[in-house]
Amino acid sequence: MNNAALYARRRRANLVGLTLSMSAMAIGLTALLWILFVLFSNGFAALEPSLFTQDTPAPGSEGGGLRNAIVGSLMIVGLAVLVSTPVGILAGIYLTEYGDTSKTAEFTRFVTDIMLSAPSIVLGLFVYAIAVATVGNFSGYAGSLALSLIAIPVVMRTTENMLRLVPGSLREAAFALGAPRWKVATMVTLRAARSGVITGLLLAVARISGETAPLLFTALNNQFYSTNMEAPMANLPVVIFQFAMSPYENWINLAWGGALLITLAVLALNIIARVYFRDKTQR
Amino acid sequence: MAAVARRQRWQDAVFHRLTQFFSLLVLVALVGIIVSLFLNALPTFVKFGAHFLWYVEWDIINEEFGAAIAIVGTVISAGIALLLAVPLAFGIALFLTETCPVWLRRPLGTAIELLAAVPSIIYGMFGLFVFAPFFADFLQVPLQSMLGGMPLVGWLFGGATNGLGILAAGIILAFMVLPFIAAVMRDVFEITPAILRESAYGLGCTTWEVVRKVVLPYTQKGVIGGIMLGLGRALGETMAVTFVIGNANRMPTSLFSPGTSIASVLANEFGEAEGLHFNTLFALGFLLFCITFLVLALAKWLMIRTERAKGTST
Repeated sequence: MNNAALYARRRRANLVGLTLSMSAMAIGLTALLWILFVLFSNGFAALEPSLFTQDTPAPGSEGGGLRNAIVGSLMIVGLAVLVSTPVGILAGIYLTEYGDTSKTAEFTRFVTDIMLSAPSIVLGLFVYAIAVATVGNFSGYAGSLALSLIAIPVVMRTTENMLRLVPGSLREAAFALGAPRWKVATMVTLRAARSGVITGLLLAVARISGETAPLLFTALNNQFYSTNMEAPMANLPVVIFQFAMSPYENWINLAWGGALLITLAVLALNIIARVYFRDKTQR
Repeated sequence: MAAVARRQRWQDAVFHRLTQFFSLLVLVALVGIIVSLFLNALPTFVKFGAHFLWYVEWDIINEEFGAAIAIVGTVISAGIALLLAVPLAFGIALFLTETCPVWLRRPLGTAIELLAAVPSIIYGMFGLFVFAPFFADFLQVPLQSMLGGMPLVGWLFGGATNGLGILAAGIILAFMVLPFIAAVMRDVFEITPAILRESAYGLGCTTWEVVRKVVLPYTQKGVIGGIMLGLGRALGETMAVTFVIGNANRMPTSLFSPGTSIASVLANEFGEAEGLHFNTLFALGFLLFCITFLVLALAKWLMIRTERAKGTST
């Protein structure tokens, strides 16, 4: 009798625990769906051709679009990717191929992991101090620099992890043929890990596309269309931030439109990265 | 032949130094961040000294600044976020590793990871336009009328019920850090050796007992590491917080009252800051970086320890 009571209590605890765990999953999914639903219903309402053909409107004026912000975002993110790709990949190669066990490499790995989650607004402050205060004006270049600081650790760590998965026998076979180390690294291991490295790049692009805080103090904003990277530049995240906090209804609508564009881009990059990686590794 | 060998050795040396140079850039950036923030913050540290940390004042006109208001807002909102996110993350990780049908594991895991990919500014807009009104009507008003008059805890639920404030910021933050913590927990739960789990099931343990008494103790360090990682994220988050915390430079008096966090003070005031105000914002940034650095370093250290344990005990 006592045993049966104990058993019933354990069964009950199990049932309660598992039910709570399932509801946690349900809450997480609800949050995702709720956010996406709000974003899509408000964003698609704001999605008009003028979004891509007109520039950000002045306070109080009607209509307007996000053309300058879209172009600015593409340029700033594009330059950041161009800079952080070679730097991140080469640094990742160093960590696996050369500095495998050295104390410096160990420490670099540790610091890189911390930089992955460091507050991005502080990186913005840092870039302000070195690239805006010294030059005297906000610029698209400073924005790219701040985004590169976020992207490099991402590229570096994924490259390293992917290179680590390449079997040692592949390296040894190349060495046995007399290939020098740099050729083995770039033409054998890096190629073998290519799909993983590209996945890492896509995820890095997704990560920096939505970053707002570091751009506030670096690229700032520009009401007009401009492709001059040496001047303040409009970009989607900062425009969304300013417009969403504004009292004008057309600005808030534009902010929803911009938010939808960014989220679609980021989610698409994430999904492409996953599907691409799975296809390439299962073959 | 000798010439070829020499050339290759030379090329190798260049490639070695080049890659090493790029990897050291990360360390240079770290030192650069600490030094440049500290130098720009120096006038504030000189004027207020250690007193800056607990000085409750934010007077831009008279140049009297203290970090206490922003630190309290940051710590409380991040604390609320963890309080909500940790049990949810544990539940999700448990579900994904133990009870979820295998064919559903991948899509559901991906869905949670996508929650992490949504940019923080989207959380902010969602918080301001959708969550805050919902929160005011369906949570704040009932909570205030139910608990507001109670002794001891009533003051927590005082103040205006417009949906913005420290508690709302904490809830939005909870959903932002939830996927990070859940992903780490799921990963460490998966490294528990199958033999431990199967032995426990073999002794007649229920799923709940296996997770509570075998998996959780075994992965303790990794789980705490994941929580610390979430804490690091929550402390430094800017956009999601700035939209909903209310941005008031006053000491919060209840969970509903508006406050501010270090990151949102920076985002709101940096554009117009001059003189000592400017230096003080750098001082806040310096403090934020130091706090998150310590938290993240602890997180990383705990996670490395878990990985090592996995290497030796299987």
